[in-house]
Amino acid sequence: MTAKAKKEYDVIIIGGGPAGLSAGIYTSRARLNSLLIERGVVGGQIADAEMVENYAGFAEGVSGVELGQLMQRQAAKYGLNITIAEVTGLELKKEKRVVNTTKGDFTAKAVIIASGSERSKLGTPGERELTGKGVSYCATCDAPFFKEKPIAVVGGGDIAITEALHLAKFASKVVVIHRRDRLRATRILEERARAEPKIEFLWDTVVEKIEGEDMVKRLNLRQVKTGKKSNLDVAGVFIATGFKPNTDYLKGFLPLDKAGFIKTNDRMETEIPGIFAAGDIRLNSARQAITAAGDGAAAAVNAEKFISQ
Amino acid sequence: MSKPIEVDDASFEQKVLQSKIPVLVDFWAPWCRPCLMAAPVLEELASEYANKITFAKLDVDQNAQVAAKYNIMAIPNLIIFKEGKPVSQIVGYKPKEELKKDLDAVLK
Repeated sequence: MTAKAKKEYDVIIIGGGPAGLSAGIYTSRARLNSLLIERGVVGGQIADAEMVENYAGFAEGVSGVELGQLMQRQAAKYGLNITIAEVTGLELKKEKRVVNTTKGDFTAKAVIIASGSERSKLGTPGERELTGKGVSYCATCDAPFFKEKPIAVVGGGDIAITEALHLAKFASKVVVIHRRDRLRATRILEERARAEPKIEFLWDTVVEKIEGEDMVKRLNLRQVKTGKKSNLDVAGVFIATGFKPNTDYLKGFLPLDKAGFIKTNDRMETEIPGIFAAGDIRLNSARQAITAAGDGAAAAVNAEKFISQ
Repeated sequence: MSKPIEVDDASFEQKVLQSKIPVLVDFWAPWCRPCLMAAPVLEELASEYANKITFAKLDVDQNAQVAAKYNIMAIPNLIIFKEGKPVSQIVGYKPKEELKKDLDAVLK
């Protein structure tokens, strides 16, 4: 359901990932008039996951897209309003909280910020110039373009290893380049990657430059312990080194840490009364779908208390 | 309301390269989630830029010829064609306001 004319709500939720949708399920069941604002497609980052294997209750795993759709259906059942718009800012006007969007202003008594995070850039020469020409940030999108070609994945966390495993289905060889001497990824993912003959690891190594004119040709690498430099010929490089919170629109409104994350207390309250935060954008979030969902539920329960005060 | 049109390997020449007005081609695939995110934004823009820019969608999975010709190695990938030539390219998901800047630049 798309909200068009209505501009006033009890609760506005920014972001339609697991945190936002869980918050919406709770606020709607509390009979709070709730609006969820999403800039793209509801589901959030889990929709990038071919299979979510660690969400309790789904013993056989569930595709990320399906999990997102199930959450959306559950929220819709209790009357959550969803609109597609980009949030551009937040303001306080007397006791109202105003959310500025590309579809105009919406006001609410409480706001739950759940706008998540996105892939961060490596910041290496050649990265920007060759984005779309072999440099990619989405293995599920672009893996089929690298059939039978050698590629690299930069990073050592869950996303990097999940992407390497997905890419191994297409590429001739996948080299995981990690700046440390061991992975950060969950052990079960590491076991799978080590058992996959197409995947190789380059430890203690950083990418200094991505070379190529019309297409990625080569990576210039440096071994951080020995300082030794080397080259690696690849047709593509997938960057999976970290995440950056989607909080640019909050600058000047809410105190953010250096990296842009929001500090909350254990009730998901930010420093501004009536403004809550949930999921990946919280400082020290575990960055899991299930913890985001938990955050969303907690934020909703506390938003309800705040409104009824 | 103007909606994005579907183009394929066979119709690309006529519908895109020979178009009298600029054409934005959205290179996408069903497995690409950011492409699905971009779709509603492009639909809105198609209405807003009706008669100024034609919006077209090309499924790279089904239309390998055109995708290979323009060296598509990442999606979503938007290329704006003017008088048969690519004049602007946007790789990855971008919010609407940023896309509008690129569209307006092409119309200048």
